[in-house]
Amino acid sequence: MPRVALFVTCIVDQLFPQAGLAMATVLERLGYEVDFPEDQTCCGQPAFNSGYAAEARAVAAHTVKVMESADYIVVASGSCATMIGRHYAELLGGEPLKGRVFEFSQFLTDVVQVEDVGAHFDGVVTYHDSCHALRELTVKQGPRRLLSRVRGLELREMEPAEECCGFGGTFSVKFSGISGAMARSKLDAVVATGATTVVSIDSSCLMQIQGAAARAGVELRTMHLAEILAAR
Amino acid sequence: MSFVFEKDIASALADTAQGAATWRATARFKTGRVAATGQLPDYQELRAQANALKRHAINHLDWYLQEFEKNVQARGGVVHWCQDGAEAADVVLQIAKRRDAHLIVKSKSMTTEEIHLNERLGHHGLESVETDLGEYIIQLLDQRPFHIIAPALNLTRYDVAKVFEEKLGVPYDAEIPRQTQTARAVLREKFLEAGIGISGANFLVADSGAIVLVENEGNARLTTTAPRVHIAVAGIEKVIPRAQDLAVFLKLLARSATGQPLSVYTSFLSGPKRGGEVDGPEEFHVILLDGGRTKLLADKDKRQSLYCIRCGACLNTCPVYRRIGGHSYPWVYSGPIGAILTPQFHGTEMEPGLPFASSLCGACGEVCPVKIDIPHVLLKLRQEVKAAEEAQGAGQAERAAFRAYAFAATRPKIWRLAAKAARAAQRRTPKSVMAAAGPAKAWASEREIPLMPAKSFRELWRERTSK
Repeated sequence: MPRVALFVTCIVDQLFPQAGLAMATVLERLGYEVDFPEDQTCCGQPAFNSGYAAEARAVAAHTVKVMESADYIVVASGSCATMIGRHYAELLGGEPLKGRVFEFSQFLTDVVQVEDVGAHFDGVVTYHDSCHALRELTVKQGPRRLLSRVRGLELREMEPAEECCGFGGTFSVKFSGISGAMARSKLDAVVATGATTVVSIDSSCLMQIQGAAARAGVELRTMHLAEILAAR
Repeated sequence: MSFVFEKDIASALADTAQGAATWRATARFKTGRVAATGQLPDYQELRAQANALKRHAINHLDWYLQEFEKNVQARGGVVHWCQDGAEAADVVLQIAKRRDAHLIVKSKSMTTEEIHLNERLGHHGLESVETDLGEYIIQLLDQRPFHIIAPALNLTRYDVAKVFEEKLGVPYDAEIPRQTQTARAVLREKFLEAGIGISGANFLVADSGAIVLVENEGNARLTTTAPRVHIAVAGIEKVIPRAQDLAVFLKLLARSATGQPLSVYTSFLSGPKRGGEVDGPEEFHVILLDGGRTKLLADKDKRQSLYCIRCGACLNTCPVYRRIGGHSYPWVYSGPIGAILTPQFHGTEMEPGLPFASSLCGACGEVCPVKIDIPHVLLKLRQEVKAAEEAQGAGQAERAAFRAYAFAATRPKIWRLAAKAARAAQRRTPKSVMAAAGPAKAWASEREIPLMPAKSFRELWRERTSK
């Protein structure tokens, strides 16, 4: 049986464990044996994006060591997958984990080459393009194709879908005023679709959107793509 | 993080009228850009070519600038090499003295904004009049450009009516065509009176000794041909190797800037009026300005910042610029390109917060016609800000936090325990207490804090696999 190693990211580990479990469920149903290398921590992006290269390098080296033996590394976030797949080379030199790092939806569409995972979800959803998945990994149509094959699900596009939610890691607290304004614009775009659930492949964006929705008193469900695909 | 910048951001976010004007105008540019570039089947190839051409030109800047000078001279023009704004102003002053010129007309030029040329010349009794409508308006208001290509983008026609009423003594009139007529009447006289016309240059064409100017109002054409002397002020990075390279750049520039296939006027100017010619200036000067650009050349990685052709596309697409506007930024160049140029020209200490004022969404890099990897340069600059802080012994609390983070993140047991303790604490602490200080306070100022779950993924995973 082919094996994959999950890199669930610190945010899923600590805040949104259901997304990680759903990822494992979907992959197992597709016939993969799923590992969770327990020594994984964080990809190092918080330090990298904040200008602390040495600290980021140490965390990157740790992650490479922990994930090294895996054939496929499936990451629960487009942003962290970009960090590992793109920026590790810059920090560590060489080509660490080359060709083995995939964001979750990317793994399904590009490696497994599946679109219908047999999911069933009743509801109207809209899909939020997370920036690094969209612009660094060029993940755009894959998640939409996966969603379009979910029974009972109606996908509505928001306008604009490609606009940043305003999270941006420490940006969200360093420049909270701008970040909050961006979150509210995103929320408005979501609400305008009439969708009751917003789906993304990045839990950090969902946390930002959920935080803005709760503050505005808007009833909105936020779900990682994996949670939708695991639903039966 | 600098206090001034944060204050400027807060007041910009609170200014709903300016915010709405900025949002609307940038949306128009943005939509135009998407439509216009969408019509180019080879848009991505053109971007790649533009990037390659700029890279080549910047990597061989010395050679192309000398070739440019040689070809300008061959056509009867004069090239002046200037280290900074003071030297550039001196060149203009000497020419003005020799020609006994007292009035200068100018077409829009960010390079002269950069060196405060009008003020410098003003100190010596020379009057400079901006002739681009937007630039003229902000000159009347004594403001700096709000946007690279649309200096008065933040002003509505009602604002302009008030400015004209106050500064020109004309009756209040908010009709744009009549406002244009008012400005035109004033400026026509200036064009006829002026002894010198000063322009910028969009491109310096090395193989032909020509400068290229793109504009929509025709004022640049008048500026460069009506007065007896034309002086073009250009940053040294504006040089491109060959006239044929314009086939790439001109396809991208207006489309990226305003969404036009081409600007209304594209002027190719080389040398003064020659024998038998009726039009054109008697003297043609090009001021090649360093102004800090050679400093940028030294860094192989960030050097790409010099590829910029000043289209403003990154501003129009930037979710941060579109909310805080151009005047929140510390220098004349605003938006994403301003965020990478400013620290490189003036040092990171001018505004250490600037490279951090980005969610790193990457929209700027995606629309840049010359493919400057702006997010990458921002990340490099963030590292430089932190290195400078460390050298000065500043920012110790944050550095300690990131050291602790890296310490824990490389020791899985400690990481697990720390995370578990944090989660337990978070679940017991009332939100009001959490939101009292630090990053949680900043988060909660705009959004609700998420409640952490009782069990982490790794705990649930253990339970799942032990079943």
